Amino acid sequence: MQYLLLCCIDEKAWDALPETERDQVMQRYDEWSQELVRSGHFRAGAKLQSSATATTVRETQGKRVLMDGPFAETREQVGGYHLVECKDLDEAISIAGRIPTLPVGGAIEVRPLEPTPHR
Amino acid sequence: MNIAELHRREYGRILATLIRAVGDFDLAEDSLSEAFEAALVQWPEKGPPKNPVAWLISTARHKAIDRIRHRELAERKQREIAAQLEPEEEAPVPLDSLRLIFTCCHPSLAPEAQMALTLRTVCGLATEEIARAFLVSVPTLAQRLVRAKAKIKGARIPYEVPEDDALAERLETVMGVVYLVFNEGYSASFGAELVRAELCADAIGLGRLLRELLPAEREPKGLLALMLLHDSRRATRTDARGGLVTLEDQDRSRWDRAKIAEGAALVEQAMRGPAPGRYAVQAAVAAQHARAPSVADTDWRRIAALYDRFVEIDPSPVVELNRAVAVAMADGFERGLTLLETIDLPGYHLLPATRADLLRRLGRFAEAATAYREALALVTNEAERSFLEGRLAEVSKPR
Repeated sequence: MQYLLLCCIDEKAWDALPETERDQVMQRYDEWSQELVRSGHFRAGAKLQSSATATTVRETQGKRVLMDGPFAETREQVGGYHLVECKDLDEAISIAGRIPTLPVGGAIEVRPLEPTPHR
Repeated sequence: MNIAELHRREYGRILATLIRAVGDFDLAEDSLSEAFEAALVQWPEKGPPKNPVAWLISTARHKAIDRIRHRELAERKQREIAAQLEPEEEAPVPLDSLRLIFTCCHPSLAPEAQMALTLRTVCGLATEEIARAFLVSVPTLAQRLVRAKAKIKGARIPYEVPEDDALAERLETVMGVVYLVFNEGYSASFGAELVRAELCADAIGLGRLLRELLPAEREPKGLLALMLLHDSRRATRTDARGGLVTLEDQDRSRWDRAKIAEGAALVEQAMRGPAPGRYAVQAAVAAQHARAPSVADTDWRRIAALYDRFVEIDPSPVVELNRAVAVAMADGFERGLTLLETIDLPGYHLLPATRADLLRRLGRFAEAATAYREALALVTNEAERSFLEGRLAEVSKPR
């Protein structure tokens, strides 16, 4: 079963951290990602650029409307994602629970993927 | 045993085993309902089978296999269906009940959902009964159950007792749900007495299950003891008109001695060894009350010492409040009043109510009246309100 781990963090709070601390978190993040590949859970993943680079596309009265920024204005923004293969939710939660941004205020949304129908 | 009784006693255990066998909550529930329906038709005609539980399990399994066949045919899949199902079982597997309760109380489910699902599946309560007990509408509760089951299936919440390293934390959630169910029955201000007694009995049943299936764990013993000791007094907590009767005025001869004896024995086991848990310590307090012949002859020093330990485990102003009462009873009401001044519990009626009670005992009636009024402004439970009003009238009497 595949789970998407959506990594959210308050970008302002993150940017306010001292650079050395951010570097340390990112280094631990590298180690965590490498471990994920070694253990065979890794399917895909990336860090996203800041939400200031986001564009939202909608349709209004048949016309494409573009908007600067993410579609939801929340305190926390999506900063990265990981797609992992796990046997069940407990395994996915356990992997998510080791993500190094958690101690600095991150939040991880764990979402199971709809299984692909095999024909 | 008639079919209704069988349903009441065995539903959860049979369901637990079926869920593991067929790997799907809804399928297991539907098949078991059909099996019970078949029993209602067939048993009065042909006479009950020799082993009714085995009959229900095997009938439900066959109904489940039929349903899977239908589904698979519709999807045109060619798979050996019978091979998926594990070898036929005759009796519920106890471990399955434990798996079921851990799944129902998975921390990724909302607390209301954990409670509803546990009562529905493990205890076999009808949706209507649970809705009545928690004062929510039937559709709301049904929706809650549907959503929880969809999440178990969709997100693949495992049907397993957690491994050792996760067990303690998960057990904490499970015990929290069981104790909440008990408290809904024990102290809820609404609902028919009968429904509430059932909830207490269900919670105690769950407590027994945890204790039996996790014999190496200490806290389930404490939790079961705590529930038994509280429940031993249930009948004396209200008078004939539903009014509140305080510990002091309860008829101790009507306390259930069998429950007290069982609870006290469990407390001993749960308190043995270093660092007893929160339920064990609370149960030890309840045991002190249960064994005392009267409020005056209660070992309040020991109770105060137990609350000291509880403050270490889980510091909270409510525990401080209980501790202050024990100190007041052991070392004098003034000492208790002084302690109350250090407790910050805005909006909680029991703080002024406790202050009022200590002032009343000291004969400081005018101050007591003020404190009772303060408590009355905050209380929501009707039984407690009328109790406080009675006390206010008493201290306001011209002397």
